[in-house]
Amino acid sequence: MMMNHSLKNQFNVKPGTLIEGKWHHNQYRIIKELGFGANGIVYLAQFRNQSVALKMSDNGMSITSEVNVLKSFAKVQGSALGPSLLDVDDWQQRGGQISFYVMEYIQGPDLLTYIQQNGRVWVEVLILQLLNDLHTLHQNGWVFGDLKPDNLIVTGPPARIRCIDVGGTTIQGRAIKEFTEFFDRGYWGLGSRKADPSYDLFAVAMILINISYPKRFNKTSGDLKQLEVMIKGKDELKKYEGTLIHALKGNFSSAKEMRTAMLQFNQPHPNHKTRPPQRTQTQTRQSNKSVSRQTYTKKKKRSGLFETTLIFIIISLLYMFYIYGQLT
Amino acid sequence: MKTGTLKQILLITDGCSNQGEDPIAMAALAKEQGITVNVIGVMEHDVIDEKGMNEIEGIAMSGGGVSQVVYAKQLSQTVQMVTRKAMTQTLQGVVNRELQQILGGSKKVEDLPPDQRGEVMEVVDELGETVELEVLILVDMSASMKEKLPTVKEALLDLSLSLNARSGDNHFSVFVFPARKKEVEKVLDWTPNLGSLTSIFGKLTTGGITPTGPAIREALTYFKKKRSLRSLFSRDDESFFEESV
Repeated sequence: MMMNHSLKNQFNVKPGTLIEGKWHHNQYRIIKELGFGANGIVYLAQFRNQSVALKMSDNGMSITSEVNVLKSFAKVQGSALGPSLLDVDDWQQRGGQISFYVMEYIQGPDLLTYIQQNGRVWVEVLILQLLNDLHTLHQNGWVFGDLKPDNLIVTGPPARIRCIDVGGTTIQGRAIKEFTEFFDRGYWGLGSRKADPSYDLFAVAMILINISYPKRFNKTSGDLKQLEVMIKGKDELKKYEGTLIHALKGNFSSAKEMRTAMLQFNQPHPNHKTRPPQRTQTQTRQSNKSVSRQTYTKKKKRSGLFETTLIFIIISLLYMFYIYGQLT
Repeated sequence: MKTGTLKQILLITDGCSNQGEDPIAMAALAKEQGITVNVIGVMEHDVIDEKGMNEIEGIAMSGGGVSQVVYAKQLSQTVQMVTRKAMTQTLQGVVNRELQQILGGSKKVEDLPPDQRGEVMEVVDELGETVELEVLILVDMSASMKEKLPTVKEALLDLSLSLNARSGDNHFSVFVFPARKKEVEKVLDWTPNLGSLTSIFGKLTTGGITPTGPAIREALTYFKKKRSLRSLFSRDDESFFEESV
């Protein structure tokens, strides 16, 4: 974020530059810079009338390392964990060789911008989507690592959260490769930097806090207490307090567990403005159905009993009339 | 692959040396002994002048390490990043040399097609996770560093947090320069955890001169001492990093 300005000056690839790969000979025309980080610069580029994102770095190994992550993501079926990988190559230049890779261009505003534009109602939906994706990621043995709003893009419609920048993505059990202090549990003194699912869940809680404090805040006491005070400071956070604290303490064992906790929170508030998530909806619908079917059969039984009694009374009345007629 | 020990000196300073041997030459000497020298220049409100800047880059370059100049506020993140980057760089060098032995000639990882490069990277990643690491931290105690010391302490605690998340062993030791009567003083002996630093840092006093060169020279002998002590216990600790670097 603040480092490697030298790197930025180093290549200074102007819009219109044609980049040709040394190995696969694909040609990419640079349109504009999309952003830069500690490990390189991402450009928007044109390839056969298609928009793609192209990431370059003078550190070839970090490119290779990210490509490894994206390749392993590609093996996970039906996942939207990161951008899909299109090409890996080297660009030969007067100064030497620069490694780059090409990926799907994920278009949309980042998480904070999206929420500012479309309202807080989307927070829950997007976080639930994110937790779902994280669960898949964790099940495949990875931890995202550098999870922060800047690395989350909302595409659509329909709105869908996507992770970009897999530079911090680490195999579970190893040391986190890359992180941002505000979202790092080590920085807040609340855990190690060993990659496990709860490392990402801590970051998710901090993302929720960041949404309410867009400018973030500095570490003072730098412990759970400070974060608790910040959570209590905003009404919209207070309602998730339990879930947030649980995640900050690292008590959720999986993203799914945190997701369930967020969903359960919604259930006792049927009048809540946000739409209840789908699964609960179908659940309630099913139970509604079964309840009504039960009452229906009960009614049916009751009316059957009533019918029998009525017929019995009528017949006995008719019989009485018959007897009376016989007697007279 | 047999992993040896990775040896690094991390120099934290805010300006130019002004006494003793040329620190750039001393860093070159370190490199010859298989010890990487990384430098972090810390700024507060002041900006490091060109001379200081050249020295910082020069030390890292001849010491085979990484340098970075940052504001005190960004120190934590930088210290761990620089250390890791230097580790990867060294390991990459080792892997490159192994490749040259296998493939012959001057083939480097960069000359491999991208697909094969991925497999090499996995090896480097794995080594970075498991390798034993020794980091000797040299802190500049010249008068202008005084107000930056609390930040330096924070950054070092953060460094031990980052590195201890790896599965490989870590050994840290901390030296300061100048010391009361000598050029360099050891304030913390080899330890896997920098937690005890908190109590030490409060007691330190800053001095006037900046003998960076002599500090690096002295630090080198400390690595040596440790190694010879090890050999007394007849532990075979011959690291191939030293031979190959």
